This record gives sequence, C-alpha cells and structure tokens, in this order.
Amino acid sequence: MKKDVKKVVILGSGALKIGEAGEFDYSGSQAIKALKEEGVYTVLINPNIATVQTSEKLADKIYFLPVTPYFVEQVFKKEKPDGLLLAFGGQTALNCGVQLFEQGLLEKYNVEVLGTPVKSIIDTEDREIFAGKLAEIDVKTPKSIAVTSVNDALKAAEKIGYPIIVRAAYTLGGMGSGFCSGPEELKMRADNAFSYSGQILVEESLKGWKEVEYEVVRDAYNNCITVCNMENFDPLGIHTGESIVVAPSQTLSNSEYHKLRELAIKIVRHIGIVGECNVQYALDPYSEDYRVIEVNARLSRSSALASKATGYPLAFVAAKLGLGYGLHELKNSVTKVTSAFFEPALDYVVCKIPRWDLNKFTGVSRQIGSSMKSVGEIMAIGRTFEEVIQKGLRMVGQGMHGFVGNQPLKDKDVRTELTEPTDQRIFAIAEALEQGMSVDEIHELSRIDRWFLEKLKNITDLKNKLGEYQTLESLPDKLLIEAKKLGYSDFQIARTVLKTSNLKMEEGLLEVRAHRKSRNILPIVKQIDTMAGEFPAQINYLYMTYNGSTHDVEFEKDGLSVVVLGSGAYRIGSSVEFDWCSVNAVETVNEQGFRSVMINYNPETVSTDYDVCSRLFFDELTLERVLDIVDLEAPKGVVISMGGQIPNNLAMRLHRQNVPILGTSPEDIDRAENRQKFSSLLDELGIDQPRWNELTSIEDIYAFVDEVGFPVLVRPSYVLSGAAMNVVSNRDELQHFLELAANVSKQYPVVVSEFIEQAKEIEIDAVACNGEVIAYAISEHIEFAGVHSGDATIVFPPQKLYVETIRRVKRITRKIAAALNISGPFNMQLLAKDNDIKVIECNLRASRSFPFVSKVLKVNFIDIATRVMLGLPVEKPNKSLFELDYVGIKAPQFSFARLQKADPVLGVDMASTGEVGCIGDNIHDAVLQSMLSVGYRIPKKNVLISSGPLRDKIELLSAARMLMEKGYNLFATGGTHKFFQENGVETTLLHWPDEPEKSPNTMEYIRDKKLDLVVNIPKNLTKGELKNGYQIRRSSIDFNIPLITNARLASAFINAFCKMSMDDISIKSWDEYK
Amino acid sequence: MPEAREIKLVLEDGSVFVGKSFGCHKSVAGEVVFNTAMTGYPESLTDPSYKGQILVSTYPLIGNYGVPSKETENGIPKFYESDRIHISGLIVSDYSFEFSHWNAGHSLSEWLVQNEVPGIFDIDTRELTKLLRDKGPLLGKIVVEGEDVAFYNPDNDNLAAMVCTTEPQVYGNGKHKIVLVDTGAKYNILRCLLKRDTTVVRVPWDYDFTKDDYDGIMLSNGPGNPAVYTQTIENIKKALQGDKPIFGICLGNQLMGIAAGGSTHKLKYGHRAHNHPVRKVGTDTCYITSQNHGFVLDTDSLAKDWEPLFVNINDNTNEGIRHKSKPFFSTQFHPEASSGPTDTEFLFDEFIGLIEDYKNK
Repeated sequence: MKKDVKKVVILGSGALKIGEAGEFDYSGSQAIKALKEEGVYTVLINPNIATVQTSEKLADKIYFLPVTPYFVEQVFKKEKPDGLLLAFGGQTALNCGVQLFEQGLLEKYNVEVLGTPVKSIIDTEDREIFAGKLAEIDVKTPKSIAVTSVNDALKAAEKIGYPIIVRAAYTLGGMGSGFCSGPEELKMRADNAFSYSGQILVEESLKGWKEVEYEVVRDAYNNCITVCNMENFDPLGIHTGESIVVAPSQTLSNSEYHKLRELAIKIVRHIGIVGECNVQYALDPYSEDYRVIEVNARLSRSSALASKATGYPLAFVAAKLGLGYGLHELKNSVTKVTSAFFEPALDYVVCKIPRWDLNKFTGVSRQIGSSMKSVGEIMAIGRTFEEVIQKGLRMVGQGMHGFVGNQPLKDKDVRTELTEPTDQRIFAIAEALEQGMSVDEIHELSRIDRWFLEKLKNITDLKNKLGEYQTLESLPDKLLIEAKKLGYSDFQIARTVLKTSNLKMEEGLLEVRAHRKSRNILPIVKQIDTMAGEFPAQINYLYMTYNGSTHDVEFEKDGLSVVVLGSGAYRIGSSVEFDWCSVNAVETVNEQGFRSVMINYNPETVSTDYDVCSRLFFDELTLERVLDIVDLEAPKGVVISMGGQIPNNLAMRLHRQNVPILGTSPEDIDRAENRQKFSSLLDELGIDQPRWNELTSIEDIYAFVDEVGFPVLVRPSYVLSGAAMNVVSNRDELQHFLELAANVSKQYPVVVSEFIEQAKEIEIDAVACNGEVIAYAISEHIEFAGVHSGDATIVFPPQKLYVETIRRVKRITRKIAAALNISGPFNMQLLAKDNDIKVIECNLRASRSFPFVSKVLKVNFIDIATRVMLGLPVEKPNKSLFELDYVGIKAPQFSFARLQKADPVLGVDMASTGEVGCIGDNIHDAVLQSMLSVGYRIPKKNVLISSGPLRDKIELLSAARMLMEKGYNLFATGGTHKFFQENGVETTLLHWPDEPEKSPNTMEYIRDKKLDLVVNIPKNLTKGELKNGYQIRRSSIDFNIPLITNARLASAFINAFCKMSMDDISIKSWDEYK
Repeated sequence: MPEAREIKLVLEDGSVFVGKSFGCHKSVAGEVVFNTAMTGYPESLTDPSYKGQILVSTYPLIGNYGVPSKETENGIPKFYESDRIHISGLIVSDYSFEFSHWNAGHSLSEWLVQNEVPGIFDIDTRELTKLLRDKGPLLGKIVVEGEDVAFYNPDNDNLAAMVCTTEPQVYGNGKHKIVLVDTGAKYNILRCLLKRDTTVVRVPWDYDFTKDDYDGIMLSNGPGNPAVYTQTIENIKKALQGDKPIFGICLGNQLMGIAAGGSTHKLKYGHRAHNHPVRKVGTDTCYITSQNHGFVLDTDSLAKDWEPLFVNINDNTNEGIRHKSKPFFSTQFHPEASSGPTDTEFLFDEFIGLIEDYKNK
C-alpha cells in the first residue's frame, strides 16, 4: 500500500569523513532510484559534488548546500515537499532530522518523515532512553550510567568497577569514546568526551567478547527479516569500523545465531523501526550471555556492507518501505520472481578489512580501539576463509600480498602488537605463527577466536610446505591447487617457491601464471544470487574463486565488452570522485551499445552496485585477476583511466601482456608518470618546471640546494618515520629531516625540488582526442602552492587569474596533449607567479576534480573521455569557463577530530578525507556554502589569530580589520598581537600554551570554549613553535572549535562572512545556475 | 590440515564429483538433497526427516563450531534433534578440521565416524546444487574405492517406522496431556511442548491413540512419502471425528491433509532452508520459516471444511491448513525451528490456547 507522497527531500551525508564515507552515496543513490521508480519527485540536499547521487540522471533537483537545519528549512520553504528521508545520509542526516523535529520545523512545513519515525530515532540515540526501552522487553544492555559531569563519571565508574568504557552520546562512529582502566584515565577521557556532547556514559567493559551485528528490516505491517549477520574477527574493544568482519558469522552455533536474531527482531519491533536498522551485540565467548551495544536506526556502513555481501538491496528496499509498501509486496531484485520478504542464504563467505592511512599524519597514535580511524574498506568474496582473508589483505592495497609472503614488520614487537593492536595486527599474527607461536597463545594475547587463528595457521602451514620446493616443475599440482584454494596469489607462490628476488617479481609471477595455465589451474566465476542456488537467477554479480569447478555464467567473447577498472579501497587521495568517474564511464559504455564489465571491491561504492553495469566482478584489481578476467571476457579493451592510481599503475603491466588498453597508449602514460622521462619531455617542449634532481647522497643534496636555494621540497623513497615528503626552509631543517626521517642511498634516492613560495597553483582538467584538446577546465587554488591539491580549496572558474596566465596554461596543455598523443582524460597541476608558468605534475587519467568541474561547467568530461576511448566521434562542447555566471568552490573535509594527537596542519602530503563542492552567485557565496558544508560555523564574537610568519600576518591584516569593524572581539598571540597593534588593529593578547602561568592564556580560552574561530598559521619547524602551535591547533580540534591553518583560506572565509550574512546565501538548486 | 582420502559422489544421471573424505570412510546410497541453511548442522544431521537422504550443504564452511555436548534434559539430549545422525551422508565444500566453541564436545568428523556416516568435502557444492535444482532430487551414492553399492530410493520405504519410538514413552508432568504421534519427531517439538506445562506421550507412527485419554494431538514431522503411512492416516481420520485440538507439523501437515481428503505430490527439489517466506492467508502478516520437506499438500484437494492457513510467498505452495470450525491446524514449515528462525514458535502457544479453550468448554 503506497502512501500518497509526491515530493520528497533526501538528506545526504555531506563530505566523506572518517566514520561516514562512500556508503552513503550508495544508500542515497539507491533510495533515489527507488523513489523515482514510484514516480516520486526527489529533491536531494548534499554538498558532496563528487558523489554519484548528485549526478544529473538521479535526483530531480539537487542542492549543493550544507546538511543543517537552517539550509534544510530554506529548501522546505522553496520546494514545499511532503516527505523527508533522513535515514540515507548517515549520522549527519539523522542528527539534522532530529534537530528539525525538535525545532518544530517538520510540523511547521508539514513534512512527513518517511520510514522510522523521529521519535524512534531519538529512542535509539539517547543511550539512557535506549537502555530503558530495551529493559521494557527484557533485553540486556551493558551496565551503564549516564552522567553530565566528570565527578559523576568517577562515581559511576566506582559503582560499575574498572575497566570501564566512556561513550559520548550523539556522535559519529564512537568519537570521544574509549576504555579507561583507572580514575586518571577516566578524567582525561571524560573531559574530552564532554567537548562533543553534554552527556556521556560510563559503561561496563566487555573487552574480549565476540562482536556480532544483524541487519534488520521491518515494514509497516510489522513483518521483519534479518538480511545478514556479521561477526567481527577482532573481539569487542575494537570499533566495528576498525575490525576485520566476516559475513555470515562463523563461530556461532545455530542456537546463538537465532537467539540474537530473535532478539534483534524483538528490539526493532519494540522501537518501531520502519525500514532498515542495525543491531550490534556483544556475545560472551563462554556462554550464550549477550549485551546489545548499539542500535542504528538508519542505513549504515554495516548495511552497505550487508547489501554487497548478500546482494540484497537494503537501501532500495528501505526507501520503498518508507513509502508504505510491505516486504511481501516487493520482489527480490536478483531472482525477480521470489519475494523481497526472505533472508538471503549465502554460499560463500565475505570478509571486510578496514584501510587506515595513519602514516599520512604526524603525531597520531597507531593503536586501534573503540573509536574509528580507518578511511576506507574492502570486501573480499570467496568460498574459504583463507581465500577471502588473503584476497582481502591484497585489496587493502598497502603493499601486502596476502597473509604471508610480505616484508617483515618494521620495529614491532609481536606480543605487544597482539595485545595492544595497531593497524598492523593481522601481520603480527602472521609473524607469530611463523615464529612458531601456538594458536592458544595468540588467542590468549589477542582474544581472537581460535577458529580464525586456526584458519590463518592453515595458510602459514602451507607456506612452509610450498617453501620445500624450488621449481614449479617439481611442485605437485595438488599442492599448487591447494595454495590457490587458500587464496595464494601467483606473486606469493613466486616468492615462496621460486624465491624470486624483489627486482624480478614481475617475471616470477608471470612464470607462475604461465605454469598454472599450462596445468589448467584456473579460477572459477560464481554468482551472488541471494538464494544459494535454490532458484535460477540471471544475475551479473560475480566473484572468482578456486574453490569450485564450473563457471556460473557463459562468456560471449565477441569483443563487445569493455572492462572498466574501479578505484579500490577509499583512501586519502582517492575516494568517491573516482567512483563517480567509473560509474559515468560505465554508463557511457552501456549507452554506446557495449557491455560494461566493472571490476572493483569496495563495498562503499555505487560502481559495485550490480544494476550499474552489465557484469560486475567484485574482485581484485591485481594484474593476476585482471588478466584472469580479460582471458574470460576477451573484451574490446580495458579502461584504466577512471579509477585513479590503482588502475593507472596497471597500464604498462597489462599492455606488456598484450591487453588492449583503451585511450592514451600506456607508453605515453609512462612518459608522463616517469619523472625523468616527463622532465625531458618538458625540456624538449620548452615548458618550464621547478628545478629538481634525484640524489643518492647527502653531499649531492646539499650541493643541489646550494644551487636552487631554500626552501626545497624533499621526497625520500624510503621513509624511516614521519611524513614522506616535506618542505624545508633552511640547512638545519634539511639536516634534521634527512637524519631523522629519511634514508638516502643509491637504492633509496631522494628527490629534491625547488619550492616556489607565494605561487598560485592552477589545475587543468581536460579531455583530448588523438592529441587534440577537446574539453578543458582551468581552476585555481585559494591557498598558495605548498598545500596538496587534495587539501586545497579550489575555485572554478578561476576568479583571480590573469587572462595571460590562462592563455599560457592553455598553450602548455595543448603542447603536452599533442606530445603525449593523449586520447582520454588528463589533469595537470601548474604553478604561476607573475605569469611565469611551471608544470609540476601531469596525470594521464581522470583526476579528483573531474566531477567538480564537470558539474559546475555542466559538461560531463567523463562521458566525452569515454567516447574518445571507445573511438566514437566527439564534438567540442560549446561552453567555456568564461561564460559561467556563477562560481564553484571545492573545499576539503578533514577528520582530525577522529585522529587523536594528529597535528591538524596542511602540507605537501594530503590529509583530507573528503570534499564538498558548492555553487554560488559570487565567490563569497560559494566560499560560505562550502566552508559551512565542511563543518565551519560563522563565528559569533570571539576570534583568535595566531598568524605565523610575517607574510601571513600581512595577508591577514585586512581580514582582521574587517573583523574589527564588524564588531568581533579579536584575540592574538604574542607576535601577532604586536604586529596588529602596530597596524592599528585592536586585539587582546592571549599567552602561549607553554606559559601556563600567564593569563589570559590560549589554552584556557580554548578549554572554556570562549573562542568561536581559531586561525593558527604554522610558522616554521622549530621545536618551541611547533609545540605551542600544535597545542593550539590540537586543542581547538579536541574542543570542537573551528580551526583554519592557512592564511589565504582564513582571509577568504573572513572576507566572505563579513561581506555577507547567512540570509544572503543563495538557496538555489543546481539547475538554477544557468 | 590432515591428508584426506579420495571419495566420490556418483549420481543417477551419471555425474561424478570427486572429493575428500572426512567422515566414516565407506560407501552409501540415498536420495541427494540440498539445504541452504548457514547454521545448524548438528540439528540437521540428527533430524529424522533426513532419513535415507544424502545432504548437501550449500553453505561452504562446515564444522566450524564442532558438535555440542551430549548433555540431556527431561530425558532427551539438550542440543540434538534425536539420538543419532539420520542422514546417510554429508557433502560440503570446505570442512573445518579445527573447531572452536565453548559448547563443543568433539569435531564433526569424529561424530560422523562414531555414527558410521560418510562425509565428503572439497567439491563444488554450488555446481551440485544447481544440478539438483535443475534435474530434481537425484538418487546418488557416495563411493569409496573398491566398495560399490546400488542406488537406493528411500521413497518406497516406511522410513518413519525406522526412526520413530518403538513404544509409547512419557515425558514431563504438566497440566495438559498431549499425544505426540512420532513419525520421526524432532526433539525440539517435545521441548516446545514441555516448556508449556504439558505431559507428552510419544507414540509410534502406527499406534492407535484414539482410545487413550489426552487433551491434544501433535502430529510430528518425519521422512519420506506421506502416502506410505496409511495407518497413521486412519488414526488421524478417527481423531478428526472428535473435537480435541490437533496440531501438525511438516509430514504432520501432509498426513492431516490426506486424512481430510486431500492429496500430496513431490516437489521438484523440495524446500530445505532457513529462509522460506510464508504468509498467513488473508492477512499481510508474513514469517520467515525453517523448512525441510520434499512432498507437499495440494491446496486445491482439500475438503470443503478445510482452508489454507499459510502459503509460501515464493512458489505459492501450501504451508499449512486449518479446519474451518474445529481446532485442527497444521503447518508445512517448522515452528519448532532448531535449526532455523524462531518466528513461528508462538503457534505452540496457540495450540495450548486451543486446548485450554476446549477444556473450558
């Protein structure tokens, strides 16, 4: 029975951040598809311009605006919707929905929340109400006391008994949560947690219990199903987003499985969910005792994973249920004949592994625990646990080849690693097993269930057997097959059997491949059909395994399929934007009458939605697996330019194996990728570049620096600790960096480049066909060069570039496109100073900014690029950046709050986890929209400026004047205070953190939350400066005070909110910008 | 992992699947069926309804949590559905030689050996399942080297007689006295009744209970072709003359249907799963059920006093019937679950409710 709703607003989740990532692009896209199918007019609010859901073919109307009650209200006023979906945009959308409800705005505008009522959401979000609700139906929750002061927290902990866990209410992915073994630790934790939430919970610790989740669906008729259960490999104590997770559960008996299932349904009915809900349990490993630890009344990371793990489209179904349908009235979208009211039966196992990028941050703790730090995840599918864990560890993409066959862990004590886990724990288990530690002992240290450990031991045991052979000819087929069944890659076999040296790995693994093929040892393609084969299914959702003997599908081999390689795990530097590119490429492939074949393994993506492509291989993006698929498909060609660096890196390797690569030839790609070759090319073309050299000794480095002068950018190829790249501005810093952070030798050369200060950074995104530029978009960074382009705030069309600069950039672009004979997408970064243009980077693939410029310009660059690659005729778009009557801004989203102790500072290495893109009538409009979208707030009255080097002080002077004129109270640290005073700007002096005896002090103002905005510009790398600056920056983050660390960006933001107020911000949908 | 000996599965259509042996290394024959459940192998293996069948688990990882302890309660094992393994053979993809569970007594492999039941792993169970789905249930045999056996069709035998109790047995001491007609009853039916203040008299399949003193009749599940159990059907017919509540499960549903004048047929490949959706006829109320049956009642064949109670949402087959005026009802699925979802256990409460109503009349 469908409700009578005509127009529905859908709230997105905004920029990707730790704890809230691509999964909500997937769930939102599904919801929109479901509503459209029902003829409902959809209005999406989401400033994340790189998502698939904000593409033109999905929602009817899109607002690139912040997901906050103020902006949603403005959209309500304008659009007059009758329904609202708030379960598809993560915690951001849910919190916004709760606020809208509490502020009476839903009632005021007569908007009905579809799906789970807000009242039920509040019941699950407020832990005290939640525990009370569950107690009503005799369901156990952890012993827990809600408190509102540190003192009460201490008392509560005494009552429950240490160790305890502290949790903050209403936060993303456990922010501010953690274990405490004593009062001291609790005091610190509680202090921090109160900065996120007025209420915290002190709870009994269930460390070491199993963690199990159920995804439950309920319709308005009270019909319930559990679509999937999942078991964490890591016991409780490690956030589920930080855990390796398997589905279905592996160590639960039928009685445990169904006891928890029954409880989940009971809970969901009692709370009154309509749609999807996730229930998380702690389960005693020695009895059937349990606790419910969390209920999420919305689509979640786990539900996206469950959808991909089972083939059951949870978000799609949840949206339909929100419209009033019953589960039994909907069809299973895989079989098309059976009902959506059923529970998927899996005949495979999946494994999710998180991806961390902790080495991108300075100072961050690498330990994993009850709060989430990972930035992405992968899912591996197979028919043995050994197979999926090995596949999965390769997919994570951090240089690991599986569970075994890796380089030994650096500076890690195995026992410590097992008890106090970091992102390296799984490899510590591998080392422990190789050292002969028993499964029991590893279990004692890690509390990981013996079943998982025994399976891991099978992998290690086989490695020892394989190691007894030296040649493939002597290796029995039986053993080789067993290795493949346990997930060994050709690489691992080469390393274990052939003992191939690192330098010859490519030859080694190809030798294994050739041998394997000659022995007919090949992977098998299986379907994910939701019914374990019970019903016939025409499903294109596939994975590969060696634990099988016949393919589920037949291959046409007619040369009409096009393989598109996806982006792999989201990571810093490569995320949803490459999914958008992949999906758009696939769409063009489909439209042009080819069959699209997608390869990707990231469960948070739309590209791994099986309704997007003709055939989805949810599998590895390794040379081995791509070749396996190419062998079966015999495609027209492979697209490697859409998924970012992972597929791009495969270009030459695939080409050498005679795989047809569509678009720019891999040789030309190599000429751009290889620093030396590219540099010579630029010289030949007479294009300027910053001077650089690859150096192998300290002396050479000093000699080179003497020639180019400071500052220089230093990029070591072997990093001892800290950041991989750094800008150093004097001899001391250089020496310090080289001694502490890097290894310099013939084997590990260091690249040193001239670093040009106060230069503008310019990006060009373009598409060329046979070397001729077809479409291009030039944008500029607000920050000066030196901030990684992924962390920079980008303006398109550029507002402050000389016409001459633009002309020169275009000329350079044309020359390079012609020289590399580019056919497809490419991106370049350039420096401009006084019309002097230098090229700093060139990538012959789609870039991070393609969705942004495509959507602002309203010219789909990926569509054009794909047509070019398919060899179809293309026309130059008749629109240019000079004609745009509006401005787009792409702003980065940082997740420093999640990364305890990390220094929230921008540098040459990328640190942001996501981005937004907003469009405004002018630059201030766009700046404000985008800054508010990534979590900044317009300050109410108090602003602290601590402005670093002189040029930044000068940069900020006019902004400070403006603030003063606007009546803001300005605060400043020593030097800044003095400088401002001399220049006629009144500020109140706040003392440095290392002078705690002096008042008023910066730290006191931050702790008491007396500041509404902190501008802190890092000055240099001296220790005292770093310490003071670090403390101000870090505590601003910890106490949730907006922080800006770049003078140019601070100026732009201050300018914007001084020149216009909230009310002046345009409330315009994408299509209104013409 | 220990070295395993070769063992193969031969099907009547000529297909051969070669795998490795992990149970009792011997040859057996039976009907090959698949089950798509992801948990519950100790329960399935001891379910008497599987008598004469070689069971394929579509879920590939089996043996993970070993097999439970032999602890008993009310004179029956706490964690099993009968006193022994009833399947003829077990076929899986990936067997876990090492198991891990607080309640595990020993490994699945040891248990199979003790019960002299063969087990095969390392074959493509998905391929086998698709074959069984497309061709219907096939007769098959598990063959070890040098020991061939003939194909065997269990449908021609009185399997219930082989698995049921040989003489009446009494369990519990509650206020309602229930006759459990054992055509291969799972112990969880007993447990579900005993939980609800009952005394249960478990009687053999052909026992004439009609002259005994009782408050209600429970018709159990069981193996094989319902048409074989003529004596049971005769006894049920007599009981249907009366007014005392009757509740049938699975085979019990088919027998009650036949006793009420209906007919049955064999499904192409049966329902053996934990995820079958049923709808209560005439409502929008749906349940996920545990199922294990090859035969099914023809809904259209029911006499006019009867009506369908539940229907399978996937294939519209009969999932239960009830008498329009008398307290008789039955389900094709397993409300007692074990293994599987527990959504419909409330039907036992309804049964007890009918008994109370009857007594209060």
